[in-house]
Amino acid sequence: MEKGEVFLQVRGVAKSFGGVRAVSGVSFELRKGDILGIIGPNGSGKTTLVNLTTGFAKKDSGEVIFDGKNISKWPAHKIAAAGLARTFQVMRPYHTLPAYKNLIPTLYSPRARQNAEGKLGDRDAVAIDILEEVGFERDAYVPYKMAGSLPLGYLKRLELARCLAMYPKLIICDEVFSGLSMAEIASMIPLLERLQMNGMTLIMIEHRLKELFQIANRVLVLNFGTKIAEGIPEEVMKKKEVRKAYLGEEWEE
Amino acid sequence: MGEMTERKKRIDRGVKVRSDTIYAVSSPKELIYLSAPRLCLIFGLLLLPLIVPGLYWQRVVCLFGIYALLAVGLDFMANYTGLNCLGMAFFVGTGGYISGMLNATFELPVAISIPIGTVVGALLCTFAFLPTLPLKGVYFAVISFMYPLVFARIIAATGIFGGTDGIAGLSILPNIWVSQYLILGVLLICTFGLRRLVNEDIGLVFRGLKDNDQTIRASGMNIIFYKALAVFITALMGCFAGAYLSHLYGWVGLSLLAMDFSIFPLAAVVIGGPGTIAGPLIGALILVPASEMLRAFAGLRIIFYSILIVLFILFWSEGLLNWARRKYEQFEYLVRI
Repeated sequence: MEKGEVFLQVRGVAKSFGGVRAVSGVSFELRKGDILGIIGPNGSGKTTLVNLTTGFAKKDSGEVIFDGKNISKWPAHKIAAAGLARTFQVMRPYHTLPAYKNLIPTLYSPRARQNAEGKLGDRDAVAIDILEEVGFERDAYVPYKMAGSLPLGYLKRLELARCLAMYPKLIICDEVFSGLSMAEIASMIPLLERLQMNGMTLIMIEHRLKELFQIANRVLVLNFGTKIAEGIPEEVMKKKEVRKAYLGEEWEE
Repeated sequence: MGEMTERKKRIDRGVKVRSDTIYAVSSPKELIYLSAPRLCLIFGLLLLPLIVPGLYWQRVVCLFGIYALLAVGLDFMANYTGLNCLGMAFFVGTGGYISGMLNATFELPVAISIPIGTVVGALLCTFAFLPTLPLKGVYFAVISFMYPLVFARIIAATGIFGGTDGIAGLSILPNIWVSQYLILGVLLICTFGLRRLVNEDIGLVFRGLKDNDQTIRASGMNIIFYKALAVFITALMGCFAGAYLSHLYGWVGLSLLAMDFSIFPLAAVVIGGPGTIAGPLIGALILVPASEMLRAFAGLRIIFYSILIVLFILFWSEGLLNWARRKYEQFEYLVRI
């Protein structure tokens, strides 16, 4: 696939919970190798948009085209198997298992087995390699520590590692920076940049704008479930609607 | 404050310090330490038919095998895949009726009707449970509880499969020794097989179904498929127990769908130690003789199981084997603070 080709198209997806329109008619496109940031105030429908794209929630309307295939009606596991991986904001690792064992179910999945063929070593070894890639220090035996005893920063990396274990085409990161210290975030940024350099396409949902703008080429701003702006970060943040959404009605220059 | 208090402290025994699945065994003593519990279980069960007094208790050994098989299956299903099944009697009934009907109508020998009853029964049970598999926890428990009741009502109302009278005169197993060792052999294979399975890679997928189902879906795996697979494995054991039971007494009837088969395994799991696979077997080993002694109370025994379940859950939720394992694997001593 050529770099820059349209890779994911989301057309007018909408979702209501009871009377609340969580997402109403959002459309966007993503090109191969892009990092798209999705931002917006709390409750603006960011996570719902991810759930609708990845099949974890049913769409009321709209369609999603991924890698040339219309995946609008596909169940979540089929979408994941097609190479669209995602992280979860609320992480539920296997607390009583070592960190690397957390990747085993994912490595066992049909997609991972297909793609991991020819890799040296058994699944445990592959799992530890992937964890090392996302910053679990093998020398300090971090991959062997119980997942329940790991600090939040490592758990977020574990989620990312779980996505990588799928050998995905696109990763959607749902707030991987939230709850992390500045130092932890600073150490995650090179990791994401390296992923992009290796040709990975990423969508990042974030609240930490400063850090997001370091890596995202484009951002999309949501408010009350509608898209209010899209473009390169600097321009988007100059827009009046965006400032209003983030800083409130009374805010004046 | 200022008083001296004592506190329990625990450390693992040296041999338990290991790298995940490989034990660092350095002496025959440690080898014995590691294999003793397993060997005790194997030889204990194999010697059981020889040490019990008389034919009556040998029949009880057969019953123990049936209940233990159900309890082990339930432990796998409830504690490793999150499907808290209260309808184990449905498996027993399906396996029993299929095997019994094949034997009665087509005069198939026991050696053929039991395997067919087991596999076909397990497939039917899996299909029957398919619509309920998106449910979890207590919701699944409630619905699975209804299955044997509905099955029994249908048979009683329509009179199929011999109706309320059942069908008597089926071929029975050759003799008491074959009966005992058949069920004990299957029980041992299932227990050790399941213990191996839950630690394999696919076992981790099963465990994920319990409270990491999001992760399993996001990994591109269909959770319904894996739940169905777990139900199939348990149903194989349950249907075998049923098919075996019908040929143990040479009779099939509504009592194959009795609530005992649903509640008793649950009691055995709770007493033996949930999540240990082998624990429920030990739970059954305690409960079956106890319930034989209470035979005079017949139908009221279910109250006895229920009270035991409640007491154990309230006061000793870790169960027998989890407790024994902790004592076996760790030193305990008091430290002054």
